[in-house]
Amino acid sequence: MFDGVEAPAPNEYLQADASPVQATATRSTCPYCGVGCGVLASPGAKGVIGDPAHPANFSRLCSKGSALDETLGLEGRLLYPMRRQADGAWARVDWDAALDEAASGLRRIIDQYGSDSVAVYLSGQLLTEDYYVANKLMKGFIGSANVDTNSRLCMASTVAGHKRAFGADVVPGCYEDLDEADLIVLVGSNAAWCHPVLFQRIMRNKEERGARLVVIDTRRTVTAESADLFLQLAPGADQALFCGLLVHLAKTAAFDDDYIRRHTEGLNDVLKAARTIAPSIEATARSTGLREVDIASFFEMFAETPRTVTAFSQGVNQSAQGTDKVNAIINCHLATGRVGKPGASPFSLTGQPNAMGGREVGGLANSLAAHMGFDAESIDRVGRFWNASRMSKREGLKAVQMFDAIARGDIKALWVVGTNPAASLPNANAARAALAKLELFIVSDNVMSNDTINGGAHLLLPAHAWGEKSGTVTNSERRISRQRAFLPAPGETRADWSIFSDVARRMGFAGFDYRSAADVFREHAALSVFENNGARAFNIGGFARLSDAEYDALEPTQWPIQAGERTGRARLFADGGFFSQSGRAKFVAPATPSLATQVTEDFPLRLNTGRIRDQWHTMTRTGVSPRLARHLAEPFVEIGAADADRFGIEDGGFARVATPYGDCVLRAVVTDRQPVGHIFAPIHWTDETAAHARIGALVAPFVDPFSGQPESKATPAIVTPLRFARQGFFLSRRPMALPQGVWWARIAVANGFGYRVAGDLQDDDWAETIRAAAASDDVIQLIDETKDLLSGAVFVDDRATLIWGLAPLSPPWDLALELFALERLDSSERLSLMSGRSGRPSANDGPLVCSCFSVGQKKIEAAIAQGCRSVTDIGQAIRAGSNCGSCRPEIERLIKVSPAARSSTNRTTTGQLA
Amino acid sequence: MTGLQVSNSREKLVVVGAGMAATRFVEELTSRAPNAYDILVVGEEPQLAYNRVLLSSVLAGDLSVDDIELKPRHWWRAPGVSALSGCKAVEIDAAARRVVLDNGASVDYSKVVLATGSHAVRLPIEGADLPGVHTFRDVQDVEALSRLEGKGARAVVIGGGLLGLEAAYGLARRGVDVTLAHVMDRLMERQLDAAAADILRRLVEEKGVRVLLNANTARINGAGRVEGVEFADGRTIPADVVIFAVGIRPNADLARQAGLDVGRGAIVDDGLETSEAGVFAIGECAEHRGVCYGLVEPAYEQGRVLAMRLAGQNASYGGSVVSTNLKVSGVRVFSAGDYLGDDDSRRIVCQDPRMGIYRKLVMRGDRLVGAILVGDTNGAADFLDLIRSGADISSMRDELMFGAPVQKAA
Repeated sequence: MFDGVEAPAPNEYLQADASPVQATATRSTCPYCGVGCGVLASPGAKGVIGDPAHPANFSRLCSKGSALDETLGLEGRLLYPMRRQADGAWARVDWDAALDEAASGLRRIIDQYGSDSVAVYLSGQLLTEDYYVANKLMKGFIGSANVDTNSRLCMASTVAGHKRAFGADVVPGCYEDLDEADLIVLVGSNAAWCHPVLFQRIMRNKEERGARLVVIDTRRTVTAESADLFLQLAPGADQALFCGLLVHLAKTAAFDDDYIRRHTEGLNDVLKAARTIAPSIEATARSTGLREVDIASFFEMFAETPRTVTAFSQGVNQSAQGTDKVNAIINCHLATGRVGKPGASPFSLTGQPNAMGGREVGGLANSLAAHMGFDAESIDRVGRFWNASRMSKREGLKAVQMFDAIARGDIKALWVVGTNPAASLPNANAARAALAKLELFIVSDNVMSNDTINGGAHLLLPAHAWGEKSGTVTNSERRISRQRAFLPAPGETRADWSIFSDVARRMGFAGFDYRSAADVFREHAALSVFENNGARAFNIGGFARLSDAEYDALEPTQWPIQAGERTGRARLFADGGFFSQSGRAKFVAPATPSLATQVTEDFPLRLNTGRIRDQWHTMTRTGVSPRLARHLAEPFVEIGAADADRFGIEDGGFARVATPYGDCVLRAVVTDRQPVGHIFAPIHWTDETAAHARIGALVAPFVDPFSGQPESKATPAIVTPLRFARQGFFLSRRPMALPQGVWWARIAVANGFGYRVAGDLQDDDWAETIRAAAASDDVIQLIDETKDLLSGAVFVDDRATLIWGLAPLSPPWDLALELFALERLDSSERLSLMSGRSGRPSANDGPLVCSCFSVGQKKIEAAIAQGCRSVTDIGQAIRAGSNCGSCRPEIERLIKVSPAARSSTNRTTTGQLA
Repeated sequence: MTGLQVSNSREKLVVVGAGMAATRFVEELTSRAPNAYDILVVGEEPQLAYNRVLLSSVLAGDLSVDDIELKPRHWWRAPGVSALSGCKAVEIDAAARRVVLDNGASVDYSKVVLATGSHAVRLPIEGADLPGVHTFRDVQDVEALSRLEGKGARAVVIGGGLLGLEAAYGLARRGVDVTLAHVMDRLMERQLDAAAADILRRLVEEKGVRVLLNANTARINGAGRVEGVEFADGRTIPADVVIFAVGIRPNADLARQAGLDVGRGAIVDDGLETSEAGVFAIGECAEHRGVCYGLVEPAYEQGRVLAMRLAGQNASYGGSVVSTNLKVSGVRVFSAGDYLGDDDSRRIVCQDPRMGIYRKLVMRGDRLVGAILVGDTNGAADFLDLIRSGADISSMRDELMFGAPVQKAA
């Protein structure tokens, strides 16, 4: 049933130069993506480094993880319970009052409108313990399954696909498979940016073992730059490609007939359906927009390589047919018996640090708890286990439906925890507007202000942030790791699980007397094994009796962990043992590929959305790190050259991107990464960080029928060029209020706030903006009417407290940034703020490439010009790329396009000829 | 015999006035045409020609009167040159080509050059003639003011132009309690814009000069001697001495007497010749194309052009682009050309009031037409050249304000 070997720790990943573990450092896990890297965290200057002993990363961290120490400040933190007053302002209240208000408010609304008038919207950033208590409160005591989470926007299609294929939401493989595979297929995954540590494992496998990498994506991402074969397919065509692959595997007798016969069912029907969708390579080419030769090459590679891992991410999930896409991929693995075997498995790369943990406790509206659904038997079982007073009897509303119900007035009370749906949901403006209808709107978070809170929250409950929380998370390979506190909890912040417990007790519910996260975890573990008998995949019964000390010392472990055991399982299903009624895996026929929307004359393009390398979600944390801000500082839209010409968009100019749902104003990046007809915009900016860049507001709200996950990557859109009389920057010690009509994006800088701005203000109005932000009248200015340039600085003593530069073309701000970071400026530095010349050579290093060592593009180009011809060379010469590796693809690209590197190759060739 | 022949062929040239314009003219002419003229310089002041620009330094005590002599005594005795000091020309008989002096003597001339300078203006107000009321024009004024030693002395300088500032600074340096009263809302309004003038005011105040703006002097009070100054708005301030530095009036007395065309000054053409053939005018007393210059540079330029012409060379005076340099120690002010600009011009302004720096360049198209530099006058000479030459600066636009980029260390 299980591959019964605990995954060994491959020592080859241990870095020789890894710092010795500080006695004072706390072992924890990174709060960003689903890789779930281990960190060693210390308060203060020692910061956060990778944990050499954690099997997810063996000390490696990506750029985001490496900058965690820059994200731990208390600026903007919610530290006390707050209640909104009649005038809209916040007033501090004590915890008792806040909890009473939450409890009595919920009680009143349940009594008046019924249980289903209440909803809780959770986050993949929460710990398993937080999730567990919230879920228990809602589904066992309030009596509604209106519990959903931002994981719905992220991984729901995979959950549904897993359940359909395996009978349970189980990732069959583990990270070692990425080390041991001979072929790695990345589908809809920009792993180089979004799962950098895993991508580095893949690249190491490629370099050391010669594994081949196929990347399937609509965009030519940096991940694609590293591929042996890049298939730039049409959006929504993934099923066609994998149906074509299934047909090809059948044709070439590449099936594992024994595995199919012993462990699966439904192949014939599915093969029939696949032959309708993609009967041949030619037909596949027609459906996917790919070249036949590339398709043939991919099919051949897949057919001939037993050790194949197909890893997939949001490009697959965020689709109105995402579940079918997942199953189309899994079908090919089932048919070849490549499931849960070393180096051979389908592999979902999870987006969030604890999306998996949330799924395990049942933090989705369509699951009950511990991998149980809403069948009568499960409801009864969980009800007995919880001693529940009011079990919910049916599935609740999934994210998009939930906010529709709020808009309709069906849901009267909403509790949002650790997430920002007013920014991240599709059709986000409508979602935000719906919030105003709530009678009770509670937000537990650790920020004072975000688009959701500002959407009209009534009560704010201050929660622990990363570094203060303690509990567990589960990563993409089912590995449960401890997140441990290493910072004191500031203000009156509390753990989310305890906030839920307090409200539950005040509502009169029994079973919420947890004294610690360990208490919660033990109960969660006990439920997983309760009347399980091998029927449910999720089983961590071995942890049900952990002592507090054992819980605190818990090593990263992959579930399942049977009762009486402490070690887990690296892989599942190599020998069948699926969790369907029949015990067999199911082949699932995908529907005919299509997109939920049509492009029209008014909206002739398709908008894709996604992440960038150095930001995370809505930037609550990454957005305060100056180092991370230097990678891509502004909200932008990428557009291909032909489309840019067609719509009059200039590279570096501005574009208004509009869809039927909303519009944004973004910096335009004209690039060959985007295929014709498709544009891309990153999801990270909100009203907190930019004037007009809420990408969620552009996204169509159409969802997958099985997973409820929205199609976030293909909304019909139009771009129009936008020009501003002036653009430039402000650097301010204090947050600035910029006038209406001014485009801005806030950028983290050391000891202050950076703003990139653009606008058509008159000189006097800019001057007024500057006066309003100035902390003294010690002002220096350069006004150049020949260039329409306004620049200058305000000083308090010898410290620049405000610096600005505004011109028709954005003035460079590198020197200003450098001087802004200084505590005092001498007179020549003061003058150089106007002259723009420092006299020091380091001032303009170009766009930042390597975040870890702060190396810019120009420096790397210079190193290439001086003879560096590989990423390793560059690393040795100027350190860039030698730490987290997130920038290695970009360095490779710079080497590839460098005239120096090219000409030296030519010379070598000529030399050989001569 | 040859010498005599040459000597006999010399034209008689009379220069009326022995100031800076006259001296430069004589110098230029004698070097260009050493044997062409017998030159007689008639000067009203008793001493040798001196550098009037440096009078403020004498007042400040930084220089002595001797230090500012333009030429040593023997220079005035060079062949072909003679000088009469303390002697005033009172009449020109153009028909007879004769100059009449105040001692009754008369001198014949073949050509005459008027370089009579200007009068310092006294405001026509009550008390303007009281003892203790001075102008700031010549060595005699400076000597009188220099006697005002001591901490107790209180001076009011009326006029916030170049001259007033220099006088006020000079007195302050002597320990005199100085108030500078200016009728306009800013100092040096004919050379500076408001922002520059504001920085200048602060810098001057830091030098110990109290500045009163919008101060329209109504009368000078005092019984038998100066006791105070009263302004139109009713403000009064006590004073032991008052210095008028409200401007100069071209001294065209002689030209007017001689029946020449006179506007504010003696009107001259591009050859610096007045309406009467053989009668020329240079310096502050001359009016060229409607402009009377009150600065030394145009006077020098005119003197050079006239000397060239009288030496038989081709030259013509097309007017001067004026630049101003304030000579107050530690307060650098430069202004040139069209320092305000108009709708067709574009300004580049760089200001750091706390550091006392203000730099403004006025561009029209690709040409520099004016500049103001306060505090940091680097590049002033280059700017003046560019303004005068009208050269296309489009290729150096980025370097103009701050000079060429600093070279990276090798």
